[in-house]
Amino acid sequence: MKLTLKIWRQDNAKTKGKLVSYDLSDLSSDMSFLEMLDVLNEQLAVKGERVVEFDHDCREGICGQCSLVINGQAHGPEGHYTTCQTHLRSFKDGETLYVEPFRANAFPVIRDLKVDRTSMDRIIQSGGYISSFTGMAPEANSTPIHHDIAESAFDSAACIGCGACVATCKNSSAALFVSAKVGHLAKLPQGQVERMERVIAMVTTHDDEGFGSCTHTGACAMVCPQEVQLLDIARMNFEYNRAVCLVKD
Amino acid sequence: MALNAKIPAGPLKDKWQNYLAKTRIVNPANRKKLDVIVVGGGLSGGGAAASLAELGYNVKVFFFQDSARRSHSVAAQGGVNAAKNYKNDGDNIYRMFYDTIKGGDFRSREANVYRMAEVSVDLIDHMVAQGVPFGREYGGYLSNRSFGGVLVSRTFYARGQTGQQLLLATYQAMMKQVKVGKLKQYNRHEILDIVLVNGKARGIIARNLDTGEISRHAAHAVVFGTGGFGKIFYLSTLAMNSNGSANWRAHKKGAYFANPSWTQIHPTALPQSGEHQSKLTLMSESLRNDGRIWVPKNKDEQRSPGDIPDEDRDYYLERRYPAFGNLVPRDVASRAAKERMDAGYGVGSLKNAVYLDFKTAIERLGEDTIKERYGNLFTMYEKITAINAYKEPMKISPAAHFSMGGLWVDYELQTSIPGLFAVGEANFADHGANRLGANSLLQASVDGNFILPNTISNYLADDIRTGSISTDTPEFDDAEKAVKDQVEKLLAIKGTMPVDQIHRRLGKIMFKEVAMSRNEKGMIWAIEEIRKLRKEFWENAAISGDEKGPNSELEKAGRLADYLEIAELMTVDALNRKESCGAHFREDYQTEDGEAMRDDKNYMYSSAWEWENGKEWKEHKEPLEFTEVTPTVRSYK
Ligand SMILES: Cc1cc2nc3c(=O)[nH]c(=O)nc-3n(C[C@H](O)[C@H](O)[C@H](O)COP(=O)(O)OP(=O)(O)OC[C@H]3O[C@@H](n4cnc5c(N)ncnc54)[C@H](O)[C@@H]3O)c2cc1C
Ligand code: SF4
Ligand code: FES
Repeated sequence: MKLTLKIWRQDNAKTKGKLVSYDLSDLSSDMSFLEMLDVLNEQLAVKGERVVEFDHDCREGICGQCSLVINGQAHGPEGHYTTCQTHLRSFKDGETLYVEPFRANAFPVIRDLKVDRTSMDRIIQSGGYISSFTGMAPEANSTPIHHDIAESAFDSAACIGCGACVATCKNSSAALFVSAKVGHLAKLPQGQVERMERVIAMVTTHDDEGFGSCTHTGACAMVCPQEVQLLDIARMNFEYNRAVCLVKD
Repeated sequence: MALNAKIPAGPLKDKWQNYLAKTRIVNPANRKKLDVIVVGGGLSGGGAAASLAELGYNVKVFFFQDSARRSHSVAAQGGVNAAKNYKNDGDNIYRMFYDTIKGGDFRSREANVYRMAEVSVDLIDHMVAQGVPFGREYGGYLSNRSFGGVLVSRTFYARGQTGQQLLLATYQAMMKQVKVGKLKQYNRHEILDIVLVNGKARGIIARNLDTGEISRHAAHAVVFGTGGFGKIFYLSTLAMNSNGSANWRAHKKGAYFANPSWTQIHPTALPQSGEHQSKLTLMSESLRNDGRIWVPKNKDEQRSPGDIPDEDRDYYLERRYPAFGNLVPRDVASRAAKERMDAGYGVGSLKNAVYLDFKTAIERLGEDTIKERYGNLFTMYEKITAINAYKEPMKISPAAHFSMGGLWVDYELQTSIPGLFAVGEANFADHGANRLGANSLLQASVDGNFILPNTISNYLADDIRTGSISTDTPEFDDAEKAVKDQVEKLLAIKGTMPVDQIHRRLGKIMFKEVAMSRNEKGMIWAIEEIRKLRKEFWENAAISGDEKGPNSELEKAGRLADYLEIAELMTVDALNRKESCGAHFREDYQTEDGEAMRDDKNYMYSSAWEWENGKEWKEHKEPLEFTEVTPTVRSYK
């Protein structure tokens, strides 16, 4: 098959970027989207031109390193897929595709399609953990956890930290990402001790990093590759309010 | 240098406790005077970085991803083993130790394996305390499943994302230490050399992958948790950027490389669909609990799998290995698949796959049960192939997966370079010639969290009066210059052959001759081909762009340059071992019915290769002594 790609090219965060057009032919619908970019880059490298920089590592939907907004949709058209899981069979022969980076104030462009998502690391640093040092732990089965609670904690913990929720949100909010971690830890008995400080610190850092506020459009949950639920955001708001009231008391 | 594994004296079961009782520890007040560099933010490196920071050392951690949470440990699906005996099915530390030794075909170091089984118990406690949402029974207690090669249920799991959950716990512990200032992280940094001062590892040279800047970092000790190098096959279950470079550069500075040719080829990955393919996604081994593997009996079978009746199917694992059937260890399953495909019975348009069929299981247990057990794997399969595996059998194929070999380390996890330690998949020793499923998350985690922090102190205790190490020395000057020269040399090639193409060709050579089944003639050919390819790479690789700012072609080229050398050592090692053991199957050393022929008389040792003058390697041998077990012939018939 044939595709025309309009790819965002930008040297670094300080320079202006623009869409550059590339025509590719002899593609196979079995190819993944990133394999198509490999083909393009091979062609550019042979011509001595600078290749298109994009992020990726595991190429199986779990590391969260790949990004890309394809035709206006974070992680491509399928919804709940990552870009690396997107295959060309999702597109029509001859189609033109617009390929852009994950855009947000909190995600400065590094080059082309690569962005800096360390703001998400800093949110976790502010409280997204349980402070139990190596060696401190009690016997694992001394704290039974209800099957359904463990499963629900898993649903939140499954977040891969990709940032698609931010890229797709009109407010560039990372509410879904923060709520996934808050939810994961607040649901488990092990997470109770730091529960209140955690949610306050993480929400504060989220705002300080330049992410926007959540207005519940729900766009994030439509693209999230791990299907983290909007309910987690409601739960985070509950946790936050509860913490503010109780801590102030 | 003679190899000294420093195995503590005393009975096997007391060795680790004896070691802990006697090893030197560093006074907490002195720890802040000591700097440690950790390369790797996965389970092993990340665990070490967090634990060392908690103890009070000053730690710097480096990794090439944008966040440590993306290290390839994240991709592990199936689970992590521990001898908790929660199932009351007769498990204990000794049994786990024995299963691991046997699974490794009696080619691992007994004392290390026993210690891994011993510490496994603490690891589950640790991970639960960190908030890992392991699968639970309805009573609220932890649940277990069973994995290939063993008869008990000792595998803990978090759905099909166990590695992710363990890694996130480790990452969060790291982030906590970053916040309190004991740990400094360097993301998107690649380590391109280590620096030796008076024979000791005292620092590293790193390249910032965003800016191209080359920087120097000094420390009292360096720890590598750099993961596996299975990506040398190009098509593998590893991540695209996984590499062997840090280990290789250390090897060239004196670290011995042990059993480099022992690569696990996993039997259940997705097959290659075309030349463009960049990665082979793993389908967890747990699928073999309920799936049946077969190929058509007829070479020119044209019917779709659902239309082929049972009498025209060859369930070759059940046929050849009636006792273990579809649950034989990985090396056996992969080899049997290759045998059928080579004989022309492969399925799919490239005839490079076999069927993994759930029809019988769905009839017996119902689709819902299968969905509950493997739902996420079936979804993942469908996302990649657009095939619904509830209706049609999966197509699977063997893929390069895990490096049993790695940097040689002693019992303290120290390499042959004083002050350089290696943890996790980067080292060797625990898995012998074949790794059992769910033992590797375990090894990486316990190396980082429980073992290294307790052994490195014995080394650091000598450095409490050393003061901080300067980077302003001739040793750092030389190392930095060598790294810069290499970058320049790569960019000066300006050839016409894309780096990935060369890597694919290397992968094909290796997969053909230095993977599931090996023979002398093929490997002699492989060495010639590798050398030719290496020459072609340095003459004709197409690497565009410059050294300033991100340049993914340059990154790939640097890694491939090292792979092209590692490949030769792997082949030399495989050629040299004239026996079959575990994943190392020599066609010229097999029994009449095609099973492996081990030679304990001549090869009961780990090879540890020393780099000599850039042309040849010198083999050192670490004899393997078994005091508690008697090596037997592995039989799964
Ligand atoms: C698909 C898959 C599934 C698996 N499933 C299981 C399972 O179910 N159970 C099990 O027990 N095991 C499993 N394994 C094996 C297990 O996951 C790995 O062996 C283990 O996680 C390795 O951990 P590690 O810390 O040693 O390395 P990794 O997690 O790979 O980390 C390597 C780290 O080193 C860094 N690094 C490497 N080179 C450099 C360099 N030159 N410069 C800077 N940084 C560098 C990387 O950035 C990364 O942070 C699986 C493996 C794969 C690939
Ligand atoms: S919540 Fe979903 S979309 Fe957002 S970072 Fe996590 S996995 Fe990605
Ligand atoms: S590359 Fe890892 S999730 Fe896409």
